[in-house]
Amino acid sequence: MAHGAGGKASRRLIEGLFVPLLCPTSSEPLGDAAHLEINGTWIAVTTDSFVVKPLTFPGGSIGELAVNGTVNDLAVSGAKAEVLVCTYVLEAGLNTAVLEAEIRAMAGAARKAGVAIVGGDTKVVEHGKADGMYITTTGVGSPLPGVQLAVESVRPGDKVLLSGPIGNHGITILLARGDLDLEAELSSDTRSVFPLVEALAREVGPGIRWMRDPTRGGTATSLNELARDCGLGIVLYGDQVPVCGVVRGACELLGLDPLHIANEGQFLAVVAPEHADAALNALTRTPGGEEAQIIGEVREQPAGAVLETTPYGGSRIVDMLVGDPLPRIC
Amino acid sequence: MCLAIPGKIVGISSDNQNSALVEVAGVRRTVDLGLLEDDKPKTGDWILIHVGFAMSKISEQDALDQMNTLRALGESEAALEEVRGYGLGEGENRKAG
Amino acid sequence: MRFVDEFREPELITKTADEIRRLADPKRHYRLMEVCGGHTHAIYRFGLKDILPDNIELIHGPGCPVCVLPMGRIDDGLSIAHDSPVIFTAFGDMMRVPGTQGSPLEHKARGMDVRIVYSPTDALKLARKSPEKHVMFFAIGFETTAPSTALTLMRAKAEGLRNFSVFSNHVTIIPAIRAILDSPDMRLDAFIGPGHVSTVIGCRPYEWIAKDAGKPIVVSGFEPLDMLQAIVMILRQLNAGEARVENQYKRVVPWEGNRSALKAMGEVFQLRPYFEWRGMGFISQSALRLRDGYAEWDSEQRFHIPGVRVTDPKAAQCGEVLKGVLQPHQCKLFGRECTPEHPVGALMVSSEGSCAAYFNYEHRKTASMSLVSPTA
Repeated sequence: MAHGAGGKASRRLIEGLFVPLLCPTSSEPLGDAAHLEINGTWIAVTTDSFVVKPLTFPGGSIGELAVNGTVNDLAVSGAKAEVLVCTYVLEAGLNTAVLEAEIRAMAGAARKAGVAIVGGDTKVVEHGKADGMYITTTGVGSPLPGVQLAVESVRPGDKVLLSGPIGNHGITILLARGDLDLEAELSSDTRSVFPLVEALAREVGPGIRWMRDPTRGGTATSLNELARDCGLGIVLYGDQVPVCGVVRGACELLGLDPLHIANEGQFLAVVAPEHADAALNALTRTPGGEEAQIIGEVREQPAGAVLETTPYGGSRIVDMLVGDPLPRIC
Repeated sequence: MCLAIPGKIVGISSDNQNSALVEVAGVRRTVDLGLLEDDKPKTGDWILIHVGFAMSKISEQDALDQMNTLRALGESEAALEEVRGYGLGEGENRKAG
Repeated sequence: MRFVDEFREPELITKTADEIRRLADPKRHYRLMEVCGGHTHAIYRFGLKDILPDNIELIHGPGCPVCVLPMGRIDDGLSIAHDSPVIFTAFGDMMRVPGTQGSPLEHKARGMDVRIVYSPTDALKLARKSPEKHVMFFAIGFETTAPSTALTLMRAKAEGLRNFSVFSNHVTIIPAIRAILDSPDMRLDAFIGPGHVSTVIGCRPYEWIAKDAGKPIVVSGFEPLDMLQAIVMILRQLNAGEARVENQYKRVVPWEGNRSALKAMGEVFQLRPYFEWRGMGFISQSALRLRDGYAEWDSEQRFHIPGVRVTDPKAAQCGEVLKGVLQPHQCKLFGRECTPEHPVGALMVSSEGSCAAYFNYEHRKTASMSLVSPTA
């Protein structure tokens, strides 16, 4: 199954199999979290699994991903994560020191993100399954007042914002696996984006139309999902997309596109044009948001697709990822 | 075919003259110099890397020449336009400057 | 990035495009073929077609070593890794290319030991580290890549490393260009020559293209300014009725080629009498196999391979697209049965194949084109 990398194959699996069988009455487009009302109180809930090899890497480990990933899914749905519950699937024979390190990492990440871990479960499976460990976290949060995200509200002229440089996480993992014998000073960008989302919401609240955290499949996949869901075109200003030098160098060397690389500490937001500058300011003056950029805008065409433009008038369609980004030599 | 990227040699192995550490925008990898026997590059040289091998030394002079040629493109034409604009040399292919 | 960013400078690109516009005779329609898949990729990635005048048509040539690899050869390579404790290694480009029983990645999902390597030397290193296994390197590429495979084999032989072999699918560019020029429905004015192949073979091997076939050929680099400058040089020749070999990529391509690289190739490889190119049929003297002195490191000699020929469905019009007779979207299967996710023919198989590049980067740009989106 090529479905793990995010992108076309995953989406088809989810939309073609899971959704029709599990949520047949739902007509909502797929989002990062579900917002629902229970006895008059609105809550947001989401769940995510974390599978990564190697378990630890520069800038973090699976434990941190497991906390930040779910906190971020809630954040980009317009909610503040309040509590998490987590499940560990552990491989028999896993070194207890490794396990302890991950539990500590999770505790640390939860403290940093201001979220409480209130329960969990553990299972042990045979040696050879689980790549060491898999972690699933389910998060419950409170929706932020004044934020009403609806992909139907996206319209031509809206601006697309990105919180910071892309590709750091995916390239860090690729290098950490060691197969390609490349070395660089690079770390995963894993972090909670909630402080940035909160700053954005405080500044322009109702002016935010849509948000997403571009994890597996990268920025290209999230923007293609947006284009598909709103039926409009996304035009990216190629030279405005922030990418750090090392990520760029690794991508050029390996023939990869930074737009397809996973991120664990960034988010995209579509904002009404009259609020775009204020929105950008809100991000850049919040610690961690200094490199935020307006990277593009929504247009009528190319409907349902993402187009990247160059300063000299060239353009190319940016497609969703099909399977993992693979290095190439041709 | 042929994705090949310029990189700078930042060090050559003392045990193996064919093994160099090369850097591309902060990313480092060992690169084999075995295909450049005739014109061995040294630390600080820029080379073209393909599948972990150095294919060629990059000539900074040629790169500079190319940029100059490109910058000069259309300059003679622009000067001609100016000349025509003054009403001089109508219909003539006068060489400018 | 040095030696990269300078050649992507937007103002200079605009200036060079203006020069192209100035040189392009509005009464003429220019048909230029870029031979190399890397150039095809660059054209789309940098949106170069958007800044060229409409009367310059870029036709994508057969220089995509993944695309022209017959399916049967993939089956052969995979069969080697099935039968014994063999590690199948290859460049990332190969991993999603389908054989009749699936791609290398699909075989990996079913339990085969398949690893991506960036360099043949990485495969050799793996062999040193895993003496109980046999490491097979599935080699692909034109003359740019063959010398690296050659040098790696020379090292393996010198070390007496027995658990390593190469399955060679290296092909050579000149016979492919000849096949294009020999084709009766060929209508090309000039060639954009393969920059990186030329770092090895130099510029001399193209002289017959200018002298005998009367077509200009300009060896070009891969950055936008390189390709645009090459087009300027081609237009100047065509407008003056000339046909010469020129080197645009001087900073890297030596006119005489790379002697060491050619020497290594000659030491390890010999030409096969003929080889099948997917979408083009059999071409003589167009591919490399290991010399007898390297028989022990030749996967085809160490292992039994089925050697079955797999033909593409007749409906696939790869041959016509390759020769520039059809554009990708004009093939009946394009975007329907044949997409990058489920490729039917050669040119959809690799991301730099003409059809795949067109599909990924281009076709949705034309709002008027309506393609039925393929079902899963």
